[in-house]
Amino acid sequence: MTTGLSVQRLSFNYGAKQALQDVSFSVAPGQFCALLGPNGAGKSTLISLLTRLLVAPAGDIEIAGHNLRNAPRSAMAELGVVFQQSTLDLSLTVRQNLSYFAALHGLPRGEVPGRIDTALEQLGMRERIDEKARDLNGGHRRRTELARALLHDPKVLLLDEPTVGLDAAARQSITDHVHDLANQGLSVLWTTHLTDEVRDTDALLVLHQGQIIDAGQAGALRGDTPLPDWFLVRTVAPT
Amino acid sequence: MNMIGYWGVTRAIVIREFLRFVHQRERFVAALVRPLVWLFIFAAGFRAALGLSIIPPYDTYITYETYIVPGLCAMVLLFNSMQSSLSLVYDREMGSMRLLLTSPYPRWWLLFCRLFGSTTISVLQVYAFLGIAALFGITMPPWGYVAVLLGLILGGLMLGALGLVLSSFISQLENFAGVMNFVIFPMFFLSSALYPLWKMAESSPLLRDICTFNPFTHVVELIRFLLYLQLNLHALAWVIVSTFVLSLIAVWGYDPARGLIKRKG
Repeated sequence: MTTGLSVQRLSFNYGAKQALQDVSFSVAPGQFCALLGPNGAGKSTLISLLTRLLVAPAGDIEIAGHNLRNAPRSAMAELGVVFQQSTLDLSLTVRQNLSYFAALHGLPRGEVPGRIDTALEQLGMRERIDEKARDLNGGHRRRTELARALLHDPKVLLLDEPTVGLDAAARQSITDHVHDLANQGLSVLWTTHLTDEVRDTDALLVLHQGQIIDAGQAGALRGDTPLPDWFLVRTVAPT
Repeated sequence: MNMIGYWGVTRAIVIREFLRFVHQRERFVAALVRPLVWLFIFAAGFRAALGLSIIPPYDTYITYETYIVPGLCAMVLLFNSMQSSLSLVYDREMGSMRLLLTSPYPRWWLLFCRLFGSTTISVLQVYAFLGIAALFGITMPPWGYVAVLLGLILGGLMLGALGLVLSSFISQLENFAGVMNFVIFPMFFLSSALYPLWKMAESSPLLRDICTFNPFTHVVELIRFLLYLQLNLHALAWVIVSTFVLSLIAVWGYDPARGLIKRKG
């Protein structure tokens, strides 16, 4: 039994089209794992499978030791997710959005205000608690979503291209913060197609045409070649 | 994951539905104006053209306005369930449906809570409509307003389940208008909402037969009888069975392994 995230021999088809083929990897506690893949590589399908929006006919997913197929509720309770597309209710305040999420995860009502304060404080969002999500800028909305994903103290954090549409400063801030979270013991899977978000010390997976074609430490994989060039070579050439 | 947690989910989803409704004042106004237009304009014009005989649950001659009130209550439920279904498709396109479905609670429970939330909003709208109708002299027996709550909840759940089924079939918002035309109008007009079925049979026995197989007819009749403190067991059975069947299809539709929601993205 692993305590982080483990994916074994996962395959998925949309009709005749194979979206994922025999995908296996694991993310240990305290590890920041970047999943790099060009558009159409299968990242969104993988995220849908990891969040149980889809169920794969073949393969196994374990989240903090809980098998997603056999014990979906225990597994989902240990998973924090930031989707690529914003899932904030724009007509509600930051507090209302987080309270709604807390209830969906069955957090005791008495604990919720304290947890919300702590989560927002850590992301520098405490003073915006009563602002409507509609009035927040892109960076603040993302931070709110990150705070929300951490509200139930998950052991595994999944972020699907979380910096899309953000300016450079906001991207940097979110990337740094999530690296800090990994350093504190969280298993982090960060999907992206932006190579500058990956550090040499990060674990790196390259997903291309539905298959993991490279896995290892980013610095070791790229060698002396800059990561953007290395990534381009790996994903442009036919595999 | 204890009972308190389950109740907390229900509470949170109902509150969210309520807050969304409050923030959309135009939706509330539209939901009220629609049946009022039918009541005060359509019914006024139609009154002279349609003769009504005394049929249960009425024990005397009634005005046409009085006749169509239960149908208009059901119309509020129908439109609101379609609105809720539309917002589910919107939620899915905008991503917030993902948040709901990634809760560790069972999916059928989450869907039921969503259904219960939209039904609560529908029932409030119906009471607002009945209140305005009463202000203009179209009244029911006082206890009928209490008794009808059962019919409104059951009817709301049935039509809400229909909305859930539709939302699991519809992949994009653009497709929604067509479905509205193919669902709302046939359901409403092929029912006893605007004219009694014996009147329909005078024109076409086939249409009357179709109306009797329309679950919406039975929602209307359940409401009509309850407003007059009577229970139409036939209609009640129809509504309960329809709710059950539609709920099963909805749960299947939202099942990640088998469902209709299985699509790319």
